[in-house]
Parts: sequence; C-alpha cells; structure tokens
Amino acid sequence: MDLRYGEEYEAFRAELREFLAGWPLTGDEAKLPRAEQERIFRKRGIERGYVYRDFPSQYGGSGQPHDALKDRIILEEYARAGAPGNRLDQGAGLLAPTLLEFGSEVQKRRFLPPTLAGTMRWCQGYSEPNAGSDLASLQATATLDGDAWVLRGRKIWTSNAREADMMFGLFRTEQGAPKHAGISYLLVDMKSPGIEVRPLKQMTGSMEFNEVFFDGARTPAENIVGRRGEGWAVSRATLRHERNLIGNPKLLGAQFELLISLARRVRRNGRPAIEDPRVRDRIAELEGYVRAVETCNLRMLSATVRGEELKAMLPMMMIKLYSTDVMQQVARAAYDLIGGDGLLEPDPREESVYDLTGTASGAIYNYLFSLGPAIAGGASNIQRNIIGERGLGLPRDLRR
Amino acid sequence: MHFGLTEEQELLQETLRGFVAAECPPPRLRELFEAGRGHDPALWKGLAEMGIAGLVVPEAFGGAGLELLELALVAEQLGAGALPAPLLGHSLACLALVLAGSEAQQRRWLPALASGEQIGSVAFAEDGDRWEPGEWSLRTESGRLRGRKRHVPHGADADLLVVGTSGGGLALVTRGAGVRAEDERGIDRTRPVARLDFEDAACEALPGGSAASARLRDAGLVLLAADAFGAAWQLTRMTIDYAKTRQQFGQPIAQFQAVKHQLANMATSLEPARGLFWYAAHAFDHLPQEAERAAAIAKHHLTDRATDVARQAVELHGGLGFTWECDVQIWFKRAMFDRAFLGTPEQHRARCADLGGW
Repeated sequence: MDLRYGEEYEAFRAELREFLAGWPLTGDEAKLPRAEQERIFRKRGIERGYVYRDFPSQYGGSGQPHDALKDRIILEEYARAGAPGNRLDQGAGLLAPTLLEFGSEVQKRRFLPPTLAGTMRWCQGYSEPNAGSDLASLQATATLDGDAWVLRGRKIWTSNAREADMMFGLFRTEQGAPKHAGISYLLVDMKSPGIEVRPLKQMTGSMEFNEVFFDGARTPAENIVGRRGEGWAVSRATLRHERNLIGNPKLLGAQFELLISLARRVRRNGRPAIEDPRVRDRIAELEGYVRAVETCNLRMLSATVRGEELKAMLPMMMIKLYSTDVMQQVARAAYDLIGGDGLLEPDPREESVYDLTGTASGAIYNYLFSLGPAIAGGASNIQRNIIGERGLGLPRDLRR
Repeated sequence: MHFGLTEEQELLQETLRGFVAAECPPPRLRELFEAGRGHDPALWKGLAEMGIAGLVVPEAFGGAGLELLELALVAEQLGAGALPAPLLGHSLACLALVLAGSEAQQRRWLPALASGEQIGSVAFAEDGDRWEPGEWSLRTESGRLRGRKRHVPHGADADLLVVGTSGGGLALVTRGAGVRAEDERGIDRTRPVARLDFEDAACEALPGGSAASARLRDAGLVLLAADAFGAAWQLTRMTIDYAKTRQQFGQPIAQFQAVKHQLANMATSLEPARGLFWYAAHAFDHLPQEAERAAAIAKHHLTDRATDVARQAVELHGGLGFTWECDVQIWFKRAMFDRAFLGTPEQHRARCADLGGW
C-alpha cells in the first residue's frame, strides 16, 4: 500500500492550487454579477484543462485524457477553494455524458456546449406519482403526430424544473410493448405550451422539487436519444453517471469535524459537552463509521485509478446505502448537542446543500436534509435488494 | 497511489483459504472444538511450513520479513476459518522480540519461533481487567518474576512467554520451573486462555520493552480487528448459504425481503469497513503518527460489528442457531474473544477520544 499520490500528481496539485488562488476574482472582475464571475472562472478552468477534463473540446470540454486521480485532486482542490468547477447539476452531470454516449452528432453539437457552459439548464423527468422504485411502470406517454411527439402525463420530484430550460425524460411511446421495451428517452423544451410546473415544498422548507404536468405539449420528433423503445437502456447510462454528481468527497469528514467543534462549544452541566463521557463515546462510535467511509472511498479510488474496479464491486454497490446512513447519524448527533434550540425551525435557505456554518440552525437543517439522500437515486430498501441479489447472490423476490 | 492488496498479498490470502479448507474443514474444526484443546500440532506444523509462524520475523532470523499488513491478512483468514492455532500470541511474541529484543535475544529465540518449532505467547492482562502497559504491576527482581497474569492466549502451550511488567516493560520467561499454567476454560475453544502464576521464575528483560509495549498492544488490536472481520464475514456467508436452502412457506427464506435485507445489512456493515484494519495495519507499518488511534478505531469498530453480525447469524438460523451442534456458535465465540481481549470496544472508544485531544 502507498497512500501518496506521487510526484507528478503532487506537482499537478501545486499547479492547480496556484490557479485556484485566482478565485475569488479581484479588481474590476469582482464587481461583475456572481453568475458572470463564475462563468469567467469556469471558462479559465476549461482552458487550463481542469474543468470537464475528459470531455471532448469540440463539445465544450477540455479534451484531456481520462485520469481518475487528477479528477479526484481537482474535486478536492475546487471544493477547498469553493471555486466554480464542473457543474454538478443534472445537465452537465447526467445528461451530458449520456448524450455523449447515445446522442446523434447533431444533438451533441446543439446541446452539449450550452449545457456545459451552464446557459442551458436541465431537469430530469423520470419519476411519476405511480412509478417510483418501479420506474419502468411509468405511464406518461409520447405519441408521434407528424414531426412531433405529443406528451401527456405527469412527472414528480423534478428538481429545478422551474429554472430549467430543458427536460430529459422517459415517456411511454410503444403501447402494448413489455414495460421496459415501451419507453423512449426524449428531450423537451420546458417553455413549450402544454407544460405546467407546480413547486413541491420539502420538509426542510426549501422548494427544490416540482411536479410537471404535460397536457399535449409537443417536442420535435428528432429530440429522441437512442431509438424508439430503447429509452430504458439510455436511462441506465444516466444512472451510471449519477456518481458524477458526487460533490465534495470530504463532506462527511467536514460534517464530523463540525460535530466535534460543536461539542466543544456547547455546554452540559457547566462544562463543555465534549467532556461528557457519553458524548465522547457517541462521537467515538460515529468516528468508526466516518473512517470506514473514508477508507472505503480510498479503496474505490485506488481500484478506479488502477483499472481494478471489479475488485471493489461490492463496496461500490454498498457505499450509497452505507454513507447516507452514516451522514444521518452524524447529523442527528449534532442535532442532539444543541438541545432545546432543536425546537426551532431552521432559517430558510436558497440552496439545497449541507450547511457548513456550524450554527444551531445549520444543525437542525442538516438533520432534516440528511433524510433526503437515503431516498434520492434509489431508496435504501432498493439498495438492499440490489446488494442482496446482485452482490450476495440471493434469489430474486417475486415482482412483475 | 494504491490502497488495496498486491498480487502477492492476494495469493497469501488464497493460500490460507485453501489451507483452511483442506486441513480444517467444518467436521475437523468441530472435532477440535469439542476436544477443547484449541491447538492441533499438525495444523500448526502446516502453518509453519507455509512460513506463517515467522511471517514478521526478519529473514536474517529465518522469517519471511513481512509487515503487520500481511499478518493482519492472515489473521482475517484464520478468523474466517476459526482456526484453532496459537498464532495471535505467537506473532505478538515474535514482534516483541523484533521490536524490543537485544541482538543476542533475537538470535537465540527468533529462529526457533520463526520455524514454529517453539511457540510463543504474550502475557498482558492482570487481575482487575488491566490490559494496558501502564497498568501492569508485575515486578522483576534480580532476574526473577513473581505474580499472576490472566487470559494468556495458548498460555499452556507456549514455550516462551513475553510478560508485561511494571512501568510497561517486557520480560522473557521460558516454560519451566516457577511457571504454573492453569487453563481458564476459555469461551473461544479455538483459542484457549490460561492463568499464569510466576513464582520466582527466571526472566530476562527485553531492553526496548517499555518503549515497544504500546506498539505491541497496537499490533494486537489490529490482529483482533482483522480476525473479527474475517469471522463476521464467514458468519455472513454461512447465513446466506443457510437462507438459500432453508425452505418455509414454500420458498427459500432468502427470498423474503425481511431476510434478504437483513443479510444485505450484515454484509453492508462489514465490507465498507474492511479498510479500517487495512489502514490500521498500514499505519502501524508506515504512518507512525496515526498508528495508535487507527488501531483503536479498527478494534472497537470491527469487533462491535462482528458482535452485531454474529447475533444476527444466530437469529437467522432460527432455533438451530441456538444449539450446541450448529457451527455458528464456534464463530460467535471467536467474535466474543476478539471483542473482549485487550479491552472492550467502549474502552477503546474512550482511548480514541483521549488520543484525539477531545
């Protein structure tokens, strides 16, 4: 074992840090609107080969050869600097790699550059009120009428649907076909007539989710990715890319450090809570899980870098279920430390991300927010089924 | 950057797996378990022939010159096989000599230990559950040792004992006059423990003892964590096999999601945490600043998880799981040993808090 990244990579990191010292912008540039500043700095990152690293340059990427270790260093350093790097949204994170794999040349040229630049924003239209874990039973339909698909039905849990310019979604196009074979992957302009978006408020008080209603909205016939009835396979690729949405790999560690600093600040019986043996024991117990996630991440990174992913299949299957649970436990321990302040509603906030301020309000918000990741992208019991059947070789349960 | 096993390390594990399957399959393990000896000279000889007895002994003294990581990988496989063998105490005795022995002591003892011809063990615990070097109280006076040690692994089989003494020192004692070993009727019949009474037994101090005893403890913690991890995975595999064959309500019980999810939870509580003992062993070998805490974390977390998994393995085997005849108990008790030996998870969590400066 050798946990050092090696000279070449440390030199890469040093060079990257030097570049990242240019954020935040200074001088006249600092007076520009925030979004414009981010656009400028992201463009510089693409030119330097740090942002959208292995995405072809003709579609707006850096065109660098794939290098998992450099990707990790970039992720770590951009997170440390709080600088705008790869967009971790549905467009750049999910749609773009899917289009690269399945899209036509025309689609790639038209959609990829503005998606990576962030000028074309996307939402994902998969789940429906009656198609959650059993996604392939979805019922929203698209019927070809001349040169356009006519859409009817309803999508739900659609993050950012109000802000999005476009949706990539699954629609039933082949009536009478077996459920997985009747689905197509379509791109839809969210400004089309016949689309209505209604916000859904989350238990945190934020409004990230929406319901989207389709009532005869039209999208051009050529906006299909892959062939008719192949949408399920195309959507599986999107799910594969969901790990592109992994944000700061040190987020859990950062939350754990926040927990310790909170325990130092908060007082119990006139003494810092961290001196209470029960608090110490609970935090030490949690640390075992936190370090397990960290070493598991190291193991998966190492396997990826060395092209030995097969050796890490089981942990890769398990880490979502495992780490979302650990995050919930860390968030709950922080919530318990604030005591009676936990009776209060958290301050409203714009973005749906973990709070890193270490305040009581942040602890309450994180406790609520930590419930979401265990559901998003495959609820925990679905994960358990996958682990049991594909990982441990247990018999499939009866389902249609 | 590599946080994984080399081909050689994988081969080492595979060889051990093959050895366990061939030399100590369940019927043989059951015989040894019933006999309660916890030591089979033929098995020990087989391990020694593979170089396992001297794995961490330098090549100059006839060993393989490998590191704690390799030893931990072996411990994982021995835990998976619940192998009745004196490797834990023996390896720690070897390490004690490597870390703290004079050259003369190393030359005298290490070759015979490395070949497995002589068996070593370590005597740490004293009455009152005192495992830590700072808590040891046995005194040596003009080369003589008096007092009592408890829970010495394979203490009745050992030819050479490394005994913890006051001030965190280490002393060498050979079996013979002035050393009385009494089997304690240990819960883990694959690793018996003995009470040792020293009555003016001849001893010699390891010159580096007080500097090395904490490190020796850390090595022990890593090996227990690895053993517990291996034992818990074995219990999970056994339970999976059982659930796939046991039929109720007209189907294998593994097809019920309640059972499937419980099995998934057992495996998921283990596999993502494998890196804890890898990391702790690597830290022991190469990252001295982190070694002590990493060892304590691996021990408290993995022995705790093994305890949980073992409980669920019993439960999922139904009434059978609670019987003496079901092999689950062999690993359940192996996990009990790993949990209680060298201090409970709670004690090591308290150490982690102290060491973290909390």
